[in-house]
Amino acid sequence: MCLAVPMEVKSINTELNVADVEIAGVKRQVRLDIIDYPASVGDYVIVHAGFALRRLDREDALETLKLFQEGLNLQFN
Amino acid sequence: MAPKTTPDTLAKFKDPALCRNLLDRIRAELPGPLAFMEVCGTHTVAIFQSGLRSLLPEEIRHLSGPGCPVCVTHEGEVAAFLELARKDNVIIATFGDLMRVPGPKGTSLKQAQAEGCRIEIVYSAFDALALARKHPESRIVFLGVGFETTAPTVAATIKVAKEQGLENFLVFAMHKLVPPALAALLQDPEVNLDALILPGHVSTIIGVEPYRFLAEQHGVPSIITGFEPLDILQALLLIIDQRKTGRPQVVNQYSRAVADDGNPKAREIMAEVFTVSDALWRGLGRIPDSGLALAGEYQRFDALTTLGVEVQDLPPLPGCRCGDVLKGKMQPNNCPLFSKSCTPATPVGPCMVSTEGSCAAYYKYAL
Repeated sequence: MCLAVPMEVKSINTELNVADVEIAGVKRQVRLDIIDYPASVGDYVIVHAGFALRRLDREDALETLKLFQEGLNLQFN
Repeated sequence: MAPKTTPDTLAKFKDPALCRNLLDRIRAELPGPLAFMEVCGTHTVAIFQSGLRSLLPEEIRHLSGPGCPVCVTHEGEVAAFLELARKDNVIIATFGDLMRVPGPKGTSLKQAQAEGCRIEIVYSAFDALALARKHPESRIVFLGVGFETTAPTVAATIKVAKEQGLENFLVFAMHKLVPPALAALLQDPEVNLDALILPGHVSTIIGVEPYRFLAEQHGVPSIITGFEPLDILQALLLIIDQRKTGRPQVVNQYSRAVADDGNPKAREIMAEVFTVSDALWRGLGRIPDSGLALAGEYQRFDALTTLGVEVQDLPPLPGCRCGDVLKGKMQPNNCPLFSKSCTPATPVGPCMVSTEGSCAAYYKYAL
């Protein structure tokens, strides 16, 4: 039950404080009550128990991957 | 334009070539035996599912900690929610995992439902509000389990219930806080671990600061990490690095999801609705300031006081060693009941019930 998954924001309804999110064809409506940083359509948010917890940081994800990749290149060079 | 995080970006965190590279580095740099504990049940499952457990060097011993919300729900709390289910005019709203957790007499919510109790499985605390609206003649009791990840979602729901004047919505607050449980665990002289992998999504809420004592007072390297194979491997490399330098630290590897100060808005909502209280944990007993009780004007949503039910400090079920498993003192397959009288189809204890339980993970992946 503690599972939280990243899902893409498809639309936002500020009046109801909900967003429609989707990952791999699975669609959900999530509450936006506790998300600290407003998400926009196209962002990924971490979804847990019907609520968006946090926006995923794209640059940070790519930066982490870059570090992994650099490690790989170092070994092969 | 900034590149998007796409499913492809996320998939790269499973990249086999990168995983192999990190595994090779772990093998090359491991300075000696290393026992690490992952606190979160989702990490337990991720480690098995990705096959990492069988790929890691034998010198690395992997323990599972008290981070499955269903598993740490105390025997007395299970007895109390079964009692709530039997009250007149009550509908229990619960996450599905609690349905099969056996109570003191071996009964579960599932059996209570078969006997005629009204129990509804919900996906979110918010869904329980819809039930309260649909059944104004009944009292809806939401079973609030989970750690700092889940507690703010329940707090936000209670706030909405108050705003909407939903008098028939009640909560049995069993939420638990991770840092006090880790402190209790590390004070136990029988618990031996070299490093901690900290729960990623609890950390999205609480941030880095509440874990500092792990490194500063206990000298245990502790890494907040994500749930993909690359995340976990990188966490292990960070641990190895700290062992080599002899400088234990708390490091946030999962910065794409965890800000160093966590989610202040979620914590604010949590602090408005709940107050920190003592809590009973399965296997760990009573831990001071490790739970959340309803606070101030929100106390009227408390299911226990409204319906006159108390949580008793009941003993463990006979023969069940879930407590030792949760403390990393016993591997699931060393429990005398494991895969004999205790299986996912006939669970004796909660570690075999929940999909995030370490016994269930062992049964599914390691047998």
